[in-house]
Amino acid sequence: MAGAELEGLRARMEKALPQGALQEVQADGAMQIRPNALLRAGQFLRDQEGFDYLSNVTGVDWIEQGQFEVVYHLYAMRRGERIVLGKDPDGPLGPVVLKVRVPRGDPAVPSVVPIWPSALWQEREVYDLMGIRFDGHPDLKRIYLWDEFEDHPLRKDYSPEEVQGE
Amino acid sequence: MSEEAAVHVPMEIEDLGTEPITLNVGPQHPSTHGVFRMKLQLQGETIVSLEPILGYLHRCQEKLAEGRNYLQSIPYTDRLDYVCSMTNNHPYVMAVEKLAGIEVPRRAECIRVVMDELTRLLNHALFVGFLLNDMGAWLTPVQYALREREKILDLFEMASGSRMMCNYMRFGGVAHDLPEEFMPLLTKVVEEFPAFVDEYERMLTTNEVLLARCKNVGILPPDRAVAYGVTGPVLRASTVAYDVRKVERYSLYGELDFYVPVGTIGDVYDRYLVRVYEMRQSVRILEQVMKLLAETQPGDIQSKVPKTVKPPAGDAYARIESPKGELGFYLVSDGSEKPYRWRVRAPSFVNLTPLEEMCRGHKVADVIVIFGSIDVTMAEVDR
Repeated sequence: MAGAELEGLRARMEKALPQGALQEVQADGAMQIRPNALLRAGQFLRDQEGFDYLSNVTGVDWIEQGQFEVVYHLYAMRRGERIVLGKDPDGPLGPVVLKVRVPRGDPAVPSVVPIWPSALWQEREVYDLMGIRFDGHPDLKRIYLWDEFEDHPLRKDYSPEEVQGE
Repeated sequence: MSEEAAVHVPMEIEDLGTEPITLNVGPQHPSTHGVFRMKLQLQGETIVSLEPILGYLHRCQEKLAEGRNYLQSIPYTDRLDYVCSMTNNHPYVMAVEKLAGIEVPRRAECIRVVMDELTRLLNHALFVGFLLNDMGAWLTPVQYALREREKILDLFEMASGSRMMCNYMRFGGVAHDLPEEFMPLLTKVVEEFPAFVDEYERMLTTNEVLLARCKNVGILPPDRAVAYGVTGPVLRASTVAYDVRKVERYSLYGELDFYVPVGTIGDVYDRYLVRVYEMRQSVRILEQVMKLLAETQPGDIQSKVPKTVKPPAGDAYARIESPKGELGFYLVSDGSEKPYRWRVRAPSFVNLTPLEEMCRGHKVADVIVIFGSIDVTMAEVDR
């Protein structure tokens, strides 16, 4: 999303969220949100703006900045359906990219499962491989690796030399 | 049984009640399409709860890719969903092209669409075969599907040199141009495929056993499907007409004329029918692309791309409509020759999320059919 569509959405987001919750809008349209405003932003985007489809949730380890970033890709599925049916979509289709940064020392992000259940397994995956906690997730446990496994392989400081559990 | 004996049947047996039991299905089970485990809680034969347990095929592919340059990761994408290697290459090269700003010649786009739609044909044909497998029609329907798949694999081999692990697409195009023998065989496959779908449908679509096992089983209502981020034929069976090919209009899909079939209630039968209709639409697309392909200059299959791609710092997300749903790649570049983050948004993984909701209240035997109707490849789920 870019241009006037993005500008409009940004203005509406700023109005709907508390002051300073929308930290930055990057050149490519990605919006950086303060972690404690994520749920309000999600609720707003789903209910008011029609972004009903959370496609992708993932984490990035910015080790040099000492931060983890969780990235969300949102689309408007019901509006996309209108295009397929040959109608005017009547609004932007996405993607809306949300980014949330948390300190590496205590990485915790509110879970968006109550808003988009499609995050149910994707957040578990991020927790398993990157070690970011999702507060409010109904069933936060490892999904791929076994429960006794220590460490999180997708972290940049993970050392694969030490083999666990033969 | 004499009438007197019938009177003595203890009537209170219905009031005895049963204990719930836990049943383990998998990980090694012919119907798990890989290695997948389900922990079922049963009340009699009815599913009370289902806990999916995965990770048996986990190989941390995303970490592996961080240690390689962009080009070296293309063969790894083949192995995500090993049935559809061509459609796995596609979103990955798209993401890198987006990141590095690489143009793709028209002929290469035509070839990509041809490969994508051939993959859809073989995937859906196999899906139907394996669905019947799961219902107990052991191997006969699959044999028909494999016979057709063989012809498509011959085409893949001609173009890429490999039947299943094609490793065919490249940044800015495809690896090789189509050989001369390709087009005549493609024409033959496209001409003959509808007859195969008819043959399949004659045997299956109104088959009494298939109807009994599929109708009203595993219903996923449209609002739940959207909420769970389900995509592909499963979503469309649940009446939501969302298709990335139409919405994003990537590659050549904006110019092509085709319908997006949808179901009526979102049960297993609808998922079967949607795939059958999608096969017919893919044939339609192939017929159109073959004409477009004939208008392009042979040999013009790749734009100028440096040997080692070093995209500028930034991130990109590219997605396509793979036969199983929305397959996306999210790449983060730090400006070096290796990706900083390499993420796969796998349709099989997300589509499995509502499995418990679909199965609850059904019988044990239905679980296998419902699981089969989602059409997953565990290699893509576990990555």
